[in-house]
Amino acid sequence: MQHHLGIGHLIRILQSAIGNPQSTIKNMPLLEMSDITKHFPGVLALDKAHLSVESGECHALVGENGAGKSTLMKILSGAYVPDSGSIRLDGEVREIDSPITARRLGITMIHQELNLLPELTVAENIFLGHELVRGPLGWLDKRAMEKRAEELLESFGQKLSGRVLVRKISLAQQQMVEIAKALSVKSTIIIMDEPSAILTDRELSELFDLIGRLKQQNVAVIYISHRLEEIFKICERVTVMRDGKTIQTEAAGRLSQDQIIRLMVGREIEQFFPSVHSHPGEEILRLEGIERADTLHGIHLRLRSGEIVGLTGLVGAGRTELARVIFGADQPDSGKIIFKGKEVVLKSPRQAIDAGIGLLTEDRKTQGLVLNMLLRENTTLANLSRLVRRGFIDIAEEKSVTKKFIQDLFIKTPSTEQRVRNLSGGTQQKVVLAKWLFTQSQLLIFDEPTRGIDVGAKAEIYQLMWKLVAQGIAILMISSELPEVLKMCDRILVMHDGGISGELSREEADQEKIMALAMGLNQSASAS
Amino acid sequence: MKQALVSWAGSASQFWIVVAVVVECIVFCILSPSFLTIDNFVNVALQIAIYGILAVGMTLVIITGGIDLSVGSLVALSAVAAAAVMEKLGGQPRLSILLAVALGIGLGLVAGAFSGLMITRLRVPPFIVTLALMTIGRGLAFILTGGFAIGNLPLGFGFLGRGHLGPVPTPVATMALVFAAGYLLLSKSQYGRYLYAIGGNEEASRLSGINTKRVIQRVYIINGGLAGLAGITLASRLGAGVPNSGLQYELDVIAAVVVGGTSLMGGTGSVMGTFWGTVFIGILNNGLNLANVDPYTQKVALGVVILLAVLLDRMKKT
Repeated sequence: MQHHLGIGHLIRILQSAIGNPQSTIKNMPLLEMSDITKHFPGVLALDKAHLSVESGECHALVGENGAGKSTLMKILSGAYVPDSGSIRLDGEVREIDSPITARRLGITMIHQELNLLPELTVAENIFLGHELVRGPLGWLDKRAMEKRAEELLESFGQKLSGRVLVRKISLAQQQMVEIAKALSVKSTIIIMDEPSAILTDRELSELFDLIGRLKQQNVAVIYISHRLEEIFKICERVTVMRDGKTIQTEAAGRLSQDQIIRLMVGREIEQFFPSVHSHPGEEILRLEGIERADTLHGIHLRLRSGEIVGLTGLVGAGRTELARVIFGADQPDSGKIIFKGKEVVLKSPRQAIDAGIGLLTEDRKTQGLVLNMLLRENTTLANLSRLVRRGFIDIAEEKSVTKKFIQDLFIKTPSTEQRVRNLSGGTQQKVVLAKWLFTQSQLLIFDEPTRGIDVGAKAEIYQLMWKLVAQGIAILMISSELPEVLKMCDRILVMHDGGISGELSREEADQEKIMALAMGLNQSASAS
Repeated sequence: MKQALVSWAGSASQFWIVVAVVVECIVFCILSPSFLTIDNFVNVALQIAIYGILAVGMTLVIITGGIDLSVGSLVALSAVAAAAVMEKLGGQPRLSILLAVALGIGLGLVAGAFSGLMITRLRVPPFIVTLALMTIGRGLAFILTGGFAIGNLPLGFGFLGRGHLGPVPTPVATMALVFAAGYLLLSKSQYGRYLYAIGGNEEASRLSGINTKRVIQRVYIINGGLAGLAGITLASRLGAGVPNSGLQYELDVIAAVVVGGTSLMGGTGSVMGTFWGTVFIGILNNGLNLANVDPYTQKVALGVVILLAVLLDRMKKT
């Protein structure tokens, strides 16, 4: 350990002294953000945060949701203006007051939520705002843009026509278009916010190759990700943020995953997965031969109260579609749903909710919450009738109910009157959970409950799920993250192409078996 | 008390509009001696009564993220329909008045139900549906009357528009009632909460078990009914069913709602804000009149002030 200070550092200093004339003149980082502070209503998002990035490095920015990473990057890319603090580029102080200024300074951000226009073509999207034109009247040079767009995409292994409409391509391809868009302007700093979340392994390795090439061209890449393995693969340095502050910047090789996690949450996570054994009770849900055109085929499923059953499979296998059928959001063409021993026909979410079923949707922001409403109002939305007294909502009662959930679920918020928009991702997920607990659901469907949530909040959500099953609630957990499925679930159902291709008990399940079933390779299931 | 006041000022979206109303009053006091009199305030209240009734319904609609452009025409349609009934049944004043009121409001409800159906079942955007209904309603009002006003209404019918309840003119009392009901509905009832939820995120609302179609359907029915109520109040006030009455009311009403801090994007807004927005525009019209500003200049001033009010609201929010 004591050698750490030494050789790498020394070589670096030597290299910079010999090889790189620019940095010998003034040994200055490419980017220096200092004492950045930013308030939002009721929340201090950034508290004198700082960040220093060298050219040609891939710099990881990690932290729990709500730690301030995205806010800091939005400030760098001009989407937000900081309350105070300074930004230096190549040693010069710069005011970045708009995305246009940022772009002019060579700063590009690839957003987590894709910002493409679905009705425009790939090429039009890539050149949006800096179109190629020709002639004295400045006509759009469509052909040149399409050609250039295809070249850009080709340069990192994407074969995609520039003429196709963005709404017709897959999410992963859209992500690639976003990246091409960033590359279409001369950038010195490229910020990638969770670029890997929707990419397949192959696309991911292409992305990593691309990042490698960018580094060679002296571009600095700031890489935000919750997947720590990726960071060790491609990043030179790591900056950890927590509660709006910069905690530490360190060479990636000098930190272990555990150390990073500890820095992120500020405490040891002694039990990432609580290993509680559940005691399943009576059958609560049974599906018999559920069919729905093109999406679901012959689904049989049994669920008992007090157990967590995992539902996994590749994207498009029909997991979310199955959840929607159980929740009454879609109707099956045929087949039976038996809930608590009685056959039910669920024609709407309302009927499912009244029966005792809750769905925590995959996408909190567009399907789970009304962001503009208060924490209190979101908590009670699915079962407001319970609070109506003589035609009016009993607001005092509503507040006390919400306060109880804030305590029970450790919801981090200044008050019940906070707008949900201002809460972090993990906290928002807890609000969604509170909403379904308020309906007194006996069956909860969690669709990707920990997507986009940081480690600390993940552990808390897991613990809450265990607490719920201990109280006799049944949980159907849809997840693509195999480690979490393996550790959390009593049984694992694997879907493939609209059907259930196999069931594994916790003991017999491992990643290989699940993947084999998910790909539709049947041999391991019949063997076990 | 002081703390409560401060927190109200900080959180309530009405704060700046109330300030604006006060400033406006001070300016007109200086410009015109007859502004600050009880008579004039009663006058202003009367002038804004019809707009106020409409603005409450419009607030509910806009909070869901919708819009209703047909209210001006529905005012005219229900006014002439009511007048026509009374003309036909001239021999029985009591019965004819009751029928006229029922028909006026009923027509509004039916028209609102039509808009709601088109919007929720056939998925036609509210702007288009109500734009069409605006033209249809106006046309029907002219067809029904042959283009002329229907006057000579029974005396008793005048109570709604020109009568008094104690010292309060009836239309003002009606408006107050509608505002109170709207306030309770929006801020205290389950239905009101659902309006905000749907305006904020329709899909999340649906997945929370809210019957979003029914809620939206009903908001257009309520709004149509209020347009009908405004229509018969106006007919009573004018003493006639006039086919081109209520012209462009929808725009003035939308202006009042927006000035009152309700967002056209849906999800936010309040009846109290709309009240102050209506008062603000009412006083502006009245004050400019008293100050002898010519009508053309008044229009320009009104437009400028609407812009300023909304800008102020924006600045406060950022």
